[in-house]
Amino acid sequence: MTAFLTLHAPLWPVLLPIFGAGLATCLWKQRRAQRLVTGLCITLLLAASLLLLAAVYQQGILAIRFGGWNAPFGVVFVADALSAAMVAITGILAAAVMTFGLADIRRREEQAGFYPLMLGMLAGVNGAFLTGDIFNLYVWFEVMLITAMGLLSIGRNRARLDATVRYAVLNLFSTLLFLTGVALLYGATGTLNMADLARVLPETEPSINLTLSALLLLCGFGIKAGYFPLFFWLPASYHTASITVSAIFAGLLTKVGVYACFRVFTLIFSVEDSGIREIVAVLAAGTMLFGVFGAAVQWDVRRILSFHIVSQIGYMLLGLAISTQAALAGAIFYIIHHIIVKANLFLLAGAIHRASGTFDLRKSGGLMYRNPLLAALFLVPALSLAGLPPLSGFWAKFLVIDATFRAGEHWLAGLALFVGLLTLYSMSKIWMEAFWKKPVLPRAEARRVPRPMLLAIASLGALTLVIGFMPQPLILFSQTAAAALLDPSAYLSAVLPANPILEARP
Amino acid sequence: MNSLIFAAFSRILFILMLAVSLFVLYRGHNEPGGGFVGGLIAAAGFATLALARGVDVARATLRFEPMTVIGFGILAALLGGLPGLWLDDSFLAHQWAILGSAHIGTTLLFDIGVYLVVLGGILSLILRFYEGL
Repeated sequence: MTAFLTLHAPLWPVLLPIFGAGLATCLWKQRRAQRLVTGLCITLLLAASLLLLAAVYQQGILAIRFGGWNAPFGVVFVADALSAAMVAITGILAAAVMTFGLADIRRREEQAGFYPLMLGMLAGVNGAFLTGDIFNLYVWFEVMLITAMGLLSIGRNRARLDATVRYAVLNLFSTLLFLTGVALLYGATGTLNMADLARVLPETEPSINLTLSALLLLCGFGIKAGYFPLFFWLPASYHTASITVSAIFAGLLTKVGVYACFRVFTLIFSVEDSGIREIVAVLAAGTMLFGVFGAAVQWDVRRILSFHIVSQIGYMLLGLAISTQAALAGAIFYIIHHIIVKANLFLLAGAIHRASGTFDLRKSGGLMYRNPLLAALFLVPALSLAGLPPLSGFWAKFLVIDATFRAGEHWLAGLALFVGLLTLYSMSKIWMEAFWKKPVLPRAEARRVPRPMLLAIASLGALTLVIGFMPQPLILFSQTAAAALLDPSAYLSAVLPANPILEARP
Repeated sequence: MNSLIFAAFSRILFILMLAVSLFVLYRGHNEPGGGFVGGLIAAAGFATLALARGVDVARATLRFEPMTVIGFGILAALLGGLPGLWLDDSFLAHQWAILGSAHIGTTLLFDIGVYLVVLGGILSLILRFYEGL
């Protein structure tokens, strides 16, 4: 039984949420049963994703095929260190956010199908992390897009529908660019399997189609991930959804775009050729800088945090632009740290809202005296995001910036340090306004924050602290994952059969 | 719509469309057709019923919530993939039984899943619209 579970380990993180979504949809009118199914499914998902991580850690890269078709022809799922880490962090985040959701999700949202949509989105995210086929990646992007649109519009008020339209238009455009890129790639090489592409592309003659395809893919993933100058949809839509939804969006969805960029521009294309490195470097710089400037002028906690997502994406992109092993390892560490911390900050925004009754910083205040526990819980992810030692954000920033200096890109490294300073400014703004200053509205007591919310925030905060005080295992893991990205031979041999059928080439 | 002729014929049309949709669903594996098209035809049947005799009649004929139908569809499609996991070590590797000239396989279960998802999806959309008419 254990052997069977481990053999198909990459399948479960996708199959379980789809099964849960189906079951929850069957129980459309019974909200209590849906809640139970979702709770069970998320618990199993957490177990399955940790099982996958353990299996990959012990056995190296795992590959499974679908429909009995072998690699270049059928769809495969491949779990290497990076994929497994992303799936594991998705499982952890889903568990934490759904715990928070116990106290946050309203009856109306449940009736509108919150649970099936959420499970469907998790299936899409895990599918995108695990697939080894570039067209299949497109399909998972679509699954994510459709369920995310559902989750955004679930409240059915004006602001949310407005946000949904913005989100949908830009993201549909990005998937269109992605699809065009895939089509050009297929036209030039005749294969869609990523490992096969990595094998075939070095032998293919460079052509304008391939360059165009690389740029289209960069652009398509870039919109998804929120790169400069195409990030404006993100702060315009994320803050309208309920906090549970915002937190999981903020933690996961943009990171799927970043992950796809990392996968495609290490395995299939390389940042070294045709000036992509320069483009990525400029994009990284712009993303860091404009995100943090955008945050500086905002007063809504959720909008500040949304702009910070953009700014932090820049650091990850910086790692890809440098593309040495140290830089990629730093970026992978950064992604993992960022998913935990950013989702936690969104959850905290929800808790601040619950305690003070508003998301507007100018109207809240005084939470430090009224709810010191919440204040302490806020400091952990806030200081970590700003990069203060000894929290996880410090190591993440240190690894990326150190690698940038070593690669000789001093202006990029300097810019990254400067952006870190501005991040600290934003975090201290939330601290000063919501916690430190005298309360603006005369209300005797802060409202109580429900226990599930505090539990979720505290567990993610504890994870941040653990990574902060014991970064060594995660750094080692990131370095292994980065080494695997830079040398794809293990990936290729895990996916492709030993003697491929050469006549099948066009 | 208050046409007597349309209302009288709607039941016959509905049964006809449902029968055709099932036929299209079954022949779908090797010939044009399949779950998606079949589901669309079936949804058109229910839509005819809803237009001629009211949304309530269509809902009563369907018996289940359209969303529940989607859920069953997802589960059926998943179930269709599972036997391959045991027998061929590969999810969605389809298994076949040949009875004389008839081929029955797990693809049919998968197609039924698609059929139900399409039927439920379309109906949850259009029945809501028709209620506003």
